[in-house]
Amino acid sequence: MRQRLLIPLLGNDIAPRFDLATEAVIVSFDKNGIEKEEKMLVFSLGSSEDLCHLILMEEIKVVICSGIEEEYYHYLTWKKIKVIDSVIGPWKKATEYFRKGFLIAGTILNQKPA
Amino acid sequence: MPLIENLTEHPIALESFIDGVPMALAVLDHNRKIILINRAYEALTGFSKKEITGIFCGHILRSRHCIKNCPVLKMGANSEPAGIESDIINKDRQLIPIRLNVAIIKNQAGQVVGHIEAVENLKEFRSLDTQFRQAFTFEHLIGHSPQMEKIFKILPVIAQSDSSVLITGETGTGKDMVAEAIHQSSNRSKGTFIKVNCGALPENLLESELFGHQKGSFTGAIENKPGRFRLAHNGTLYLTEIGDLPLVLQVKLLTFLDDQMIHPVGSTKGFQANVRIMAGTHRNIELMVKKGTFRKDLLFRLNVVRIYLPPLRERENDTRLLLDHFLHKKNTKLNKSISGFSAEALKILLDYIYPGNVRELRNIIEYAVNVCQTNRIEVEHLPAFMIGADPASQNNPQIQMLEAVDDQPERPSSRAAEKNQTWAVMEKKMILDALSSAHGKRNKTAEILGWGRSTLWRKLKKHNIVE
Repeated sequence: MRQRLLIPLLGNDIAPRFDLATEAVIVSFDKNGIEKEEKMLVFSLGSSEDLCHLILMEEIKVVICSGIEEEYYHYLTWKKIKVIDSVIGPWKKATEYFRKGFLIAGTILNQKPA
Repeated sequence: MPLIENLTEHPIALESFIDGVPMALAVLDHNRKIILINRAYEALTGFSKKEITGIFCGHILRSRHCIKNCPVLKMGANSEPAGIESDIINKDRQLIPIRLNVAIIKNQAGQVVGHIEAVENLKEFRSLDTQFRQAFTFEHLIGHSPQMEKIFKILPVIAQSDSSVLITGETGTGKDMVAEAIHQSSNRSKGTFIKVNCGALPENLLESELFGHQKGSFTGAIENKPGRFRLAHNGTLYLTEIGDLPLVLQVKLLTFLDDQMIHPVGSTKGFQANVRIMAGTHRNIELMVKKGTFRKDLLFRLNVVRIYLPPLRERENDTRLLLDHFLHKKNTKLNKSISGFSAEALKILLDYIYPGNVRELRNIIEYAVNVCQTNRIEVEHLPAFMIGADPASQNNPQIQMLEAVDDQPERPSSRAAEKNQTWAVMEKKMILDALSSAHGKRNKTAEILGWGRSTLWRKLKKHNIVE
């Protein structure tokens, strides 16, 4: 299935806070799970509202993040967007885990190798 | 297992030691990576200690400052512990206000080997604070009339002094709220705020209530009672309805204001109490002094700072502001979604003179919001006494009742006739008075009224004072 996912960033890691992230990456996979596109985005200010708006505009299906407020989590899931939160570690590793199908909420990627 | 050595006879296990501390604690290495956390930290963040060892603390604590302004980064080898207020998002997706305290850890040679962070959950304090602010802060004493603006400007100054305060004003103008707001903004805010209604207790009980009593000093005194003065030690004692304080107790209060000593009933020992006294009344104290029902010397001691709260009818345009404010509040409280008032209802509400002032306005809105089943307050949702009669009418039972009780009006007698006038009439009179004292000069008139020239011109036209 084709997937389009967004990860808020802090350097090479998943940003600790969804509401404070000033960078994000959008990754697209084709139906075979092969990465098709990678788009980096930079915002002037971190804002949950703006990020949610962007997620809807970009037709994102999955969000991988770390700390996210309940209100925005429920809003995104209500909009049928899958949110995998409290994921800690490098974003590339997170996409790899996701692609392989074993990324779950609360995964800490720093220590344990895939 | 890390140990604390040389503290007791046998080494102490650090983990169990910090687990016993009720505040969230984390020990970090010099690279800000977590070495150890306690149970309180686990409970606060939602992460377990096993999974997060060796992780950069900012990813676990997820505080606003971890990302933008990490306090640990600013610390040098000789830095004192630092504390900042921030917020975190825990694993349960809750945004929690916190106070983050960080300190450096040194080894025996004095080298920095890491940091310890203590995180205090401020959620409970903040919710109390919010309720408190909603009820008592200056911000909540809303109003944008020049009269209220003057009061808002002076209140913070009064709060910072320790002088006695006398608050006067009609019933429902917010005397108690002002007293509590002053206390909360003062240096005594950590102390208690004790309110005593001098009119609500009989004379013999009031003495015991205020100054306390010694066990066995009278029949029924089965134990020592500290009294309100003692309870308010290091805080503020607010005597509401001071005009109703019996003369005998006025002398005792006077003695206290002189030497700050309280003598409980039946006690031979006095107690030095550090209490700020505030008093409030709706009565005309000067008139009471003339009649001999209030001690002149007590008035002089209480009257160090005098705050007069104007009645609502003298607060220009505040009625509309308060109507909207209370509608919003009651909407939230009663879970309604009333958007506003119909033009007819608004006219009645604005023309009414509110003898009970802000309290009466609040109650009218509460009634209307309760009764209203639509999304707009209509005339039929207002209390019957507002619809049935001319609002300024002498037939209004509420006004008659209030006037019967308030036999000693606060304002000078020359202004007593203004009591039943609406704001429009009052405003016209104010303009005419100002014009008269400015000998018709509009610049001076505008200055006296505290308005701009264009506002004065607009108001002159509105009241048909000029063509």
